[in-house]
Amino acid sequence: MTTQMQTIAAQDLNECRNMPVTPRRHPGRAVAGAVVLIFLGWLALGAVRNPAFGWLTVIHYLFNRDILRGLGLTLWLTAVVAVLGFALGTPLALMRLSANPVLRTTSAAYVWLFRSVPLLVQLLFWYNIGYLVPVITVRIPFGPTLLALPSRDLISAQLAAIIGLTVHEAAYAAEIVRGGLLSVDPGLMEAARSFGLSPRSIFRHVILPQALPTVLPAAGNLIVGTLKGTSIVSIIAVSDLLYSAQLIYNQNYQIVPLLMVATLWYIAATTCLGVLQRFIERRYAPGTLAQAGGRKGRGPLGADV
Amino acid sequence: MNSPNAPMVRIRGLRKVAGQAVLLDGIDLDVARGEVLCVIGPSGSGKSTLLRCLHQLETFQRGVIEIDGELMGRRLSEGRLHELPEREIRRQRAQVAMVFQSFNLFPHMTAQQNVAFAPTQLGKDSQAAIAALARELLARVGLAGREDAYPAELSGGQQQRVAIARALAMQPKVMLFDEPTSALDPELVGEVLEVMRELARNGLTMIVVTHEIEFALSVAHRVAFLEGGRILEHGAAGEVLTRSAHVRTQAFLRRFNTGVGSQGTAKPSRL
Repeated sequence: MTTQMQTIAAQDLNECRNMPVTPRRHPGRAVAGAVVLIFLGWLALGAVRNPAFGWLTVIHYLFNRDILRGLGLTLWLTAVVAVLGFALGTPLALMRLSANPVLRTTSAAYVWLFRSVPLLVQLLFWYNIGYLVPVITVRIPFGPTLLALPSRDLISAQLAAIIGLTVHEAAYAAEIVRGGLLSVDPGLMEAARSFGLSPRSIFRHVILPQALPTVLPAAGNLIVGTLKGTSIVSIIAVSDLLYSAQLIYNQNYQIVPLLMVATLWYIAATTCLGVLQRFIERRYAPGTLAQAGGRKGRGPLGADV
Repeated sequence: MNSPNAPMVRIRGLRKVAGQAVLLDGIDLDVARGEVLCVIGPSGSGKSTLLRCLHQLETFQRGVIEIDGELMGRRLSEGRLHELPEREIRRQRAQVAMVFQSFNLFPHMTAQQNVAFAPTQLGKDSQAAIAALARELLARVGLAGREDAYPAELSGGQQQRVAIARALAMQPKVMLFDEPTSALDPELVGEVLEVMRELARNGLTMIVVTHEIEFALSVAHRVAFLEGGRILEHGAAGEVLTRSAHVRTQAFLRRFNTGVGSQGTAKPSRL
């Protein structure tokens, strides 16, 4: 395109005062939109027409009792792991920021170790803990043994799943909470300290409300990841959503339709989590991007959308 | 409490090092009750560190600080000083209040909540009494009607005045000001200094780290000039600021007298 400079005579310039402005056209947008819509339509048509998807089978099994039970277990596992993960991760984050070098190093080592070992490997370890620690005993130091149980009986597949997922989750939760704590303006902590407030009071009323806007989006992300990540427990025969679907297709060989059933439920659950997350962010982190995203106008990068 | 004639603040041999750097190198200073002391000096001279030590936001290695007859952060026994437990230090901190350069208001609280927060947490009085005190203090700094505004909705000068009300709510024995107008636009400096002038008139003991030479001249009883962690000179405000005998003080003040001397008055003359 060539640039040409336009000069306007003085009296014409005056006439321009109240002239309407024709908006610039964006023909590229319409073309790009059409291409994407055609492509999506083609994909959807292919999915509906492909008999291998077995949509009737999908509908038949969608509300199957075993599938729903599996879904329940998946949701329950997610909730337990998220709660325990953050309950363990928060003290780890505080330890990491502590002045005590022993606490700091321990926390760093924990995060390093449990972020380094793949979740699948950890699950197998916990599931096979019996080889490592055959008998779990509860005893008074140098005193009598109160309780001694074989690990295999104590650590069921489900407990192994909870432990494995939780220690993994805690490592990530610790980093998320630490990031939130570091985002708080140190001047605020200083001001709170200058009033002679206790650390507990400062944490509860000053640091936490300031850290939440940073913590919540990342925490929501982690929990959505956990929901899907729980599907890995099917490897140690915990009858979650995926494993329940697998049990069925191992009998009737309708592999794709049953995977679709599981997929649809995973999508439904993550969608609900997403809605919940938006709600919580609006409630506890007002005035941040959670609200800016809903406004019309320019996108977050300053581009018109 | 000590006798009314004893100084409110006594500092002897205050010394703080951080790594290789000597931040405070043997400070001796008294501040009388109701006195306004302005601390001036080049940046990095230890002015802020001195305030932060007075408030026990930082620790120091040698020397003693006494406020209203009470040793700060230390206990004397058998010829040795012992660090006090954290709980005692928190109690002592609450007797001193600080106004920060960057306001440090709690952004998630309204002006009213900012002022009422610490007294409420410390259980200083009933909720209703604290709320009434907060409203009264906000009115005193000229912010009646803005109780429900969040810090982000206030100008810098208004924020700093909320911060002053918040500090006053602690009913402190001494109030510390750490360059309270340095983060403000020139036209907002005057309103904050006016509030501080009013506090001085009411007999509040104040230690003010500032670059506002005119404020120091008109409000401070005494001025201390700090450089390299030492007090090079201190005395009556007029003496130090206009007839200083000290070469270093003269050099420092000359920067303010060439064109920016009236910095910080209500009507800036440099425009």
